[in-house]
Amino acid sequence: MRNQQSTQLLFELSRAGRRAHRLGDLDVPSVNVDDLFATEALAETPPPLPELAEGDVVRHFVCLSTLNMSVDTHFYPLGSCTMKYNPKRNERIASLPGFLNVHPLQHESGLQGLLELLYELQGMFAEISGLPGVSMQPAAGAHGELAALLVAAAYFREQGSERNVVLTADSAHGTNPASAQMAGFKTKTVKSNANGLVDLEDLKAKLDDKTAVFMLTNPNTLGLFDSQIEEINQLVHDAGALIYLDGANMNAILGITRPGDFGADLMHYNPHKTFSGPHGGGGPGAGPICVRDFLAKYLPGPIVTRVENEEATSDDDRYTYHLTSPSGDSIGRVRSFFGNTGVLVRAYIYLRTYGGDGLRHVSEDAVLGANYLLSKVKHFLDVPHGNRCMHEFVASASRLKKEKHLSAMDIAKRILDYGFHAPTVYFPLVVDEAVMVEPTETESKQTLDAFVEALFRITEEGEELIHDAPHSTRISRPDDVTAARRPVLKWTDAAGESTT
Amino acid sequence: MSYLFHTDEDRREMLESIGAESIDEIINDQVPEAVRMKRPLDLPPACNELALTAEMTRLAARNASADSHVCFLGGGAYDHFIPAVVDEIASRGEYYTSYTPYQAEVSQGNLQVMFEYETLVTQLTGLGVSNASLYDGGSAATEAVLMALSMQRGRNKVITTDVVHPQYRDILVAYLKNIDAELVVVPSDENGHSNPMIDAIDDQTACVLIQHPNFVGQLESVAEIAAAAKEAGALTIQVFDPVSLGRLKRPGDMGVDIAIAEGQSLGNPLAYGGPYLGIMACRDELVRRLPGRIAGQTTDRRGKRCWVLTLQTREQHIRREKATSNICSNQTLLALRATVHLALLGPEGLKETADHCIAKTAYAKQVIAKSERFEVVGEGPSLKEFVVRDLGADVAGLLAHARDQGLLAGIDMTPMCVGGSEASETAVALPSRYEQCFLVAVTEKRSRVEIDRWANVLCEAPSMATV
Repeated sequence: MRNQQSTQLLFELSRAGRRAHRLGDLDVPSVNVDDLFATEALAETPPPLPELAEGDVVRHFVCLSTLNMSVDTHFYPLGSCTMKYNPKRNERIASLPGFLNVHPLQHESGLQGLLELLYELQGMFAEISGLPGVSMQPAAGAHGELAALLVAAAYFREQGSERNVVLTADSAHGTNPASAQMAGFKTKTVKSNANGLVDLEDLKAKLDDKTAVFMLTNPNTLGLFDSQIEEINQLVHDAGALIYLDGANMNAILGITRPGDFGADLMHYNPHKTFSGPHGGGGPGAGPICVRDFLAKYLPGPIVTRVENEEATSDDDRYTYHLTSPSGDSIGRVRSFFGNTGVLVRAYIYLRTYGGDGLRHVSEDAVLGANYLLSKVKHFLDVPHGNRCMHEFVASASRLKKEKHLSAMDIAKRILDYGFHAPTVYFPLVVDEAVMVEPTETESKQTLDAFVEALFRITEEGEELIHDAPHSTRISRPDDVTAARRPVLKWTDAAGESTT
Repeated sequence: MSYLFHTDEDRREMLESIGAESIDEIINDQVPEAVRMKRPLDLPPACNELALTAEMTRLAARNASADSHVCFLGGGAYDHFIPAVVDEIASRGEYYTSYTPYQAEVSQGNLQVMFEYETLVTQLTGLGVSNASLYDGGSAATEAVLMALSMQRGRNKVITTDVVHPQYRDILVAYLKNIDAELVVVPSDENGHSNPMIDAIDDQTACVLIQHPNFVGQLESVAEIAAAAKEAGALTIQVFDPVSLGRLKRPGDMGVDIAIAEGQSLGNPLAYGGPYLGIMACRDELVRRLPGRIAGQTTDRRGKRCWVLTLQTREQHIRREKATSNICSNQTLLALRATVHLALLGPEGLKETADHCIAKTAYAKQVIAKSERFEVVGEGPSLKEFVVRDLGADVAGLLAHARDQGLLAGIDMTPMCVGGSEASETAVALPSRYEQCFLVAVTEKRSRVEIDRWANVLCEAPSMATV
C-alpha cells in the first residue's frame, strides 16, 4: 500500500516556485544587500535546494519514518548496543523551555536550575562509577575514550614518562584502538583466552615500561565479567600503567560493582545505552568520563561547582552553582560549549526515576533476561563461551553454516521477517559467525519467548527461503559492494534517471 | 520499578529455565566477591512521575531561556526560528528510538534521510561530498584539520587566526598536542580580518583554517586566502554559517577544500550547547578520508533503488587503529531536523532568512551607534553578528543590568581575550582589542520592538566610568 510518491526523494518532489516557510514583511527598514556587501562576497543565486510545500514535507518524512524499525515499534535484541525503552517523560521534561531554549554562552546567574541538575548528575556519575573526577563534555562514547586518553597522555607527560603504547583487547570495540591512535598512542592487541577472557600470559608479555593504558571492556563484549579482574588490576598497576574501562556495558553492573572499585582509573559512560537516552538513528549520544582523583585536574571542561550560600533564606538559594573553567593542567576542551546537555538531562531524569535500589534492579533484570535467552538459545545454537552471562551473550552460527550454508547474516535478515530487529552479527571478531544478543531489562518474558521461537523456527526453515530473506520489507539485500565501489553519495538528475 | 516487566511469577519461571536459584546466584558466579558492592548506591530515592515532573518544572523555571528573555546571544549558537513541522517530525518515535541503520532493510527511512541530508549539504556548500554529520561545529573543525594532515604527509603545520571561534581553537590545541603537528595562530588585522595569515603559509603548511563570517562577525577574503593556500600546496578549511549561504558565496565556489559548520542554526534548539550538529563537506577527491558515517545509493536484489551505509572500510569497526577517525555514534536525529528545516525553507526561504538577519542586524547596529557610550567595532557589513565596544568600560555590569530587564543582550568578550587554560592561553585568546566589548547576534526572530528595547536598556544602563 505504498505509492511511489512516498519514497521519492525531496529533490524529485521539488517543483519550482513551491514554498513552505515564509517570514513575511520586515518590520525594520530593508537594506539593499547588493549595495551593502562586496560583489565578490555574494552569490548570484541562493543554493539549489529543493522547493516544496509544507504538505509535501510532512507526508514525505512521516512516510519515511514508517520504513524504520525502532524501540517504540519493535524489539531490538542487539548485543553491544543496549536498546532499551526510551521513557516518554524524559523527552517531555527535557523539552521544557528552561532546558531546551537555554543559550550556552549566557551568564551563570540565569542557569542556576540547570547547573544544579548538572552538578547533581556529576555526583551521580561519580557514585555509580566509584571515580570522583567527572567531565560531561564528550559528545559520544568514542569521544569520551579519546578525551580520557588525552587525560592519560597529559598525566604521563607531567610525570616525564615516555609511555606511548595503549593495549586493547581483541574483543574490544573498534573505537578503542581508533581512539588510542587519535590520541597519539601506538596500539597493541591483547588476546582473549579460550574462555573469552583476557589472556593473562599475553597481557604480561605486552606490559612494559612503554605501556600507558590498558583499555578493558568489563563485562566484555561476550557478555562475560572478567573473573581475573583483581589480577589484571595488579598486573597493570604494577607495570605503572593505567586501566581504562569502556563503559559500554555498564547496564550490567549498576549497583553490583563499580569500575573504581575493581581497578579502573578512567572510564566513559554511554548515557544513550545505560541511562535510556534514545539512539535517534545513530545519535546523539553523550560520553561523560570519570577518573581517579589524581587525574581530575587534567579533565576537559567546564565542570560545575557549587558554593554554599550562608545567608540563604530558602532551598532555592542554599547553593550557588558555577561553571568552572579548566585549570592550567587541563587538556582544554574536546567540544564547543558544555556538552550534549539534552542527553544528560534525560539521563538525570532516568536516574531520579529509579534511585539507587531501582538501578540495581535494572541490572538484575537485564542479567536475568540475557541468561533466560541464553538458556533457551543454547538448545539450537552453539554458545561458545559460558553457560552464564551478564547482560548479553554471543552465539555462533558456524555449525549452521557448515550443515545448511546459513550464515549469521542470513539469520539476521530472516529474523526481520518475524518482526524483530536483528541481533548484532560478526562482532566480536573472536567468535566465528557471531550472533550477539542483548535483550535489556525492558522486554517482557512473552517477547523474549516469541523471539526465541522465531529464532528456532529459522534454524528449521529451508535454505532458499532464508537466503532470499527478508521477504516482508520494502527492499531486500541491498548491493553493498556496488555502493562502495561506485559510490553515489548525493542525488543528481543523472543518478535519479539511471536507477528509477 | 518504573520500566521493568517481570512479575514474580515471570522471574520464577525464568530462573527455572536458567537453572538458577536466584539472580544473585548468577551475578555472584560472574563477579568476584572482593569487587562486589557491599552497600546500595548512594543516590536520591526513586521518584514517581508526578513528583519528578513537578520538581523538574521548578528547576527549568529557574533558568533564563530564549523564551523568558529576549536573546541577542550568538557566538556559534543562535536563536533562529524553528517551524513546528521540524519538532513534529523529529518527535516521532520511529526516528528518535531507532538505531544506527546497520540493517538497511528496516532502516530505509533513516538512510534516505541521511542521503537527502548529504545532498542538501553539498547543495548548500557547493562541494562534492558530505558525511551524515559529526558531533558539533567545534569538533568537526578539528576533524577537518586531522583529515587534512592525513592527506598531506610530510607537512605538519596548521595555520589559523585569532578570529576563529576561540573554543574551536581550544579543541584543536587539545587534539593536536599528542601528534606531530604545529598549530600557528596568526593575529588578525585591526579590522578583524585574517589576511595576514597569507604571509605565514609555507611549504610545510598542511592546511589553513578560517571562519567566514568570522567570530567577530567580519567577512573574510576567502577566495584570496584559498588561492594562496592552493599555491603553496595547502588545503583550505572554512567554518561557515549555514544561514549565511542564503546570500554569501558557497565555500566550494571560493576554492575551499573542506567546509564545516555548526548545524544548530538549521532547526536545532539551543539546548545549552548540545546536542548539536557538525556539518562537514569536502571535494570529491577527499571522500575516502572523510570521517563519520556516509549513506549511499544502491539497488536491492530485486533492482529497486535503496540506501545503505557505505565506504565503511574507513571506519573504526573495520579498520580499528588504522581508521581515519574514531567517530562512532553521530547526530542523525539532528541531521534529520536540519533536513526537514532546509526542505521547508528551500532556496527562497533561506535567502529570506539571511535577508531578514542582515536587515535587522543593520538596524540594531544603527540604533546602538546613536549612543555616545557605544561604538560598533569593525568596518564591514554584518550578516547577523557584530561587536560593540562599551566606552564606559563596564560590559559585565551592563549585561547584568540588561538581564534584570529580561534581555540576554550580548556576550562579554573580555574573559575571552585572556584565553582558556594556561597551556593553550595564547592559542585560544581573542585579540586584546575586544576587551570591554560584547558580541551581539540579531536573528530573523528579533522584532523591531525588541531591538529598540535592547538599545534603550543598554543606553540607559548605569555606567561605572564616565564617558
